[in-house]
Amino acid sequence: MTTPDLNSLRAMIAQHKRYDILFGLVGLLATMVGVVTLVALFVDLIMDGYPRLTATFFSSFPSRHPEEAGILSSWVGSILVMITTALAAIPMGVGAAIYLEEYAPKNWITDIIEINVTNLAGVPSIIYGLLALGLFVYILDFGQSILTAGLTLGLLILPVIIVATRESLRAIPIAIREAAYALGATRWQLVSDHLLHYSSGGIMTGIIIGMARAIGETAPIITIGALTFIAFLPPAPFTIDPSTDMPAGLFDWLFSPFTVLPIQMFNWVSRPQVEFQLNAAATGVVIIIATLFMNSLAIWLRYRIRKNIKW
Amino acid sequence: MSNHTHPVVGSLKAETRNFNFFYGSNHALKNINLPVGDRKVTALIGPSGCGKSTLLRSFNRMHDLYPGNRYEGDIQLYPDNVNMISHGVDPIEVRMRVAMVFQKPNPFPKSIFDNVAYGLRVRGEKNKGVIADRVEEALKGAALWNEAKDRLNDLAFNLSGGQQQRLCIARALAADPEILLFDEPTSALDPIATASIEQLVAELKQKVTILIVTHNMQQAARISDYTAFMYLGELIEFGPTDDLFVTPKVKQTEDYITGRFG
Repeated sequence: MTTPDLNSLRAMIAQHKRYDILFGLVGLLATMVGVVTLVALFVDLIMDGYPRLTATFFSSFPSRHPEEAGILSSWVGSILVMITTALAAIPMGVGAAIYLEEYAPKNWITDIIEINVTNLAGVPSIIYGLLALGLFVYILDFGQSILTAGLTLGLLILPVIIVATRESLRAIPIAIREAAYALGATRWQLVSDHLLHYSSGGIMTGIIIGMARAIGETAPIITIGALTFIAFLPPAPFTIDPSTDMPAGLFDWLFSPFTVLPIQMFNWVSRPQVEFQLNAAATGVVIIIATLFMNSLAIWLRYRIRKNIKW
Repeated sequence: MSNHTHPVVGSLKAETRNFNFFYGSNHALKNINLPVGDRKVTALIGPSGCGKSTLLRSFNRMHDLYPGNRYEGDIQLYPDNVNMISHGVDPIEVRMRVAMVFQKPNPFPKSIFDNVAYGLRVRGEKNKGVIADRVEEALKGAALWNEAKDRLNDLAFNLSGGQQQRLCIARALAADPEILLFDEPTSALDPIATASIEQLVAELKQKVTILIVTHNMQQAARISDYTAFMYLGELIEFGPTDDLFVTPKVKQTEDYITGRFG
């Protein structure tokens, strides 16, 4: 090769490298749009809502007077709905995933079920609300209750849990399954003694990510008719109801009307007074912090549990 | 001692008779007649894809785990003279009597103790004293006790590759199997770990019948009493290891052991 050739070669490489750098910049810009927007949003919410984030805000019911209004009924409602959601979705989701992955025969029916489950994860949440309105509110007559909301959100996050559980079951090597089978284990012994333990990190992650999605869901809860002014708490088990003088049953709270954080926020956002907007911002901060906390918990759990398991 | 004997190997622990195996429509094993001597080491050798692992995995019905597999013929287990592959015999029962050690060490991501104890737990053993005794006995049997006794609660993954394989042998031994299957147990190990496993096999045959698949002919010659040479799904030649390696009767066997093919 002669020297002039080498020069043009270098020029060409420099040209190619300019494109390389250019793409790096475009990619960085695209990344920053997402990050900066999220941070700006969060900072804006905090600046508006921070003065309202006092102990009284958490211990007061909603009120006509914005400075007296609080989120007591909605955070209690959110927690109770989350508990119901978890109790409904975790056993069903994990059970379905184990069945599909370990028990179901590998044929076209299983394939169709699998495609359906994956698609369900993408169905708009308001559709779940519509289903719940028909099934839980009208047919099963659960009313606009915590039970209805919990089951609705449970259905909503079921596909998330199923997919996450199946993924982590699938990550367990065949050699481990064969080791257990070769010792005379049945399928259920394999699942309960081994697979559930080794996949627990992935399953927990799926559950928490599902729950983090459920806590912020508004549309399906509005659809079942929970957009109301709630200035009382669901009855705690065995407390005396002053109007009837009867102790509440263990599960009466499940059938109580309720509100949740995103609905309370939605309610305040739609008011004309500026003071209510500040309440809405404060509620938004609470929701974002709860979601961020749950997502960090998921990451930490995954790290903790996977540390001991390497295939 | 069983009453079932064979002209070459003497007292029998198991025997395949006109055994055929199919992966779907693929006829993988053809008319295999293999005697397995009681408390002897029988080696299966042959080039890759000859069916030696497939035959080994038939002895504990591992093929039942996957759809589309089919057995034909008999694998007779003695002294009770039962055909292990017949539909009336539960594969789980077979696996409790015939244990297996795999090609790559595959300990559970549990403690050393829990790995060895698992076979007992599967059998419903609840007595902690009995479990502890059997775990110790099995670890001694697998020549791992001295290295492991102070770290029984450590994760099995923290052991070296050779130690992990001996742990897998201890896990198989703890359940007191009648036959122990080895599927190329040293192919993932270094020479020193390989030597310790080979020595272990020689000691284990005092108590248990051993069937071992190996692609290493020197290994077969070192540790086995009988050797079966397989090729393309057929059993080409079977005999006492010394005879088969020194004076093979079939041309293909001779070509293989002299390194002319495979």
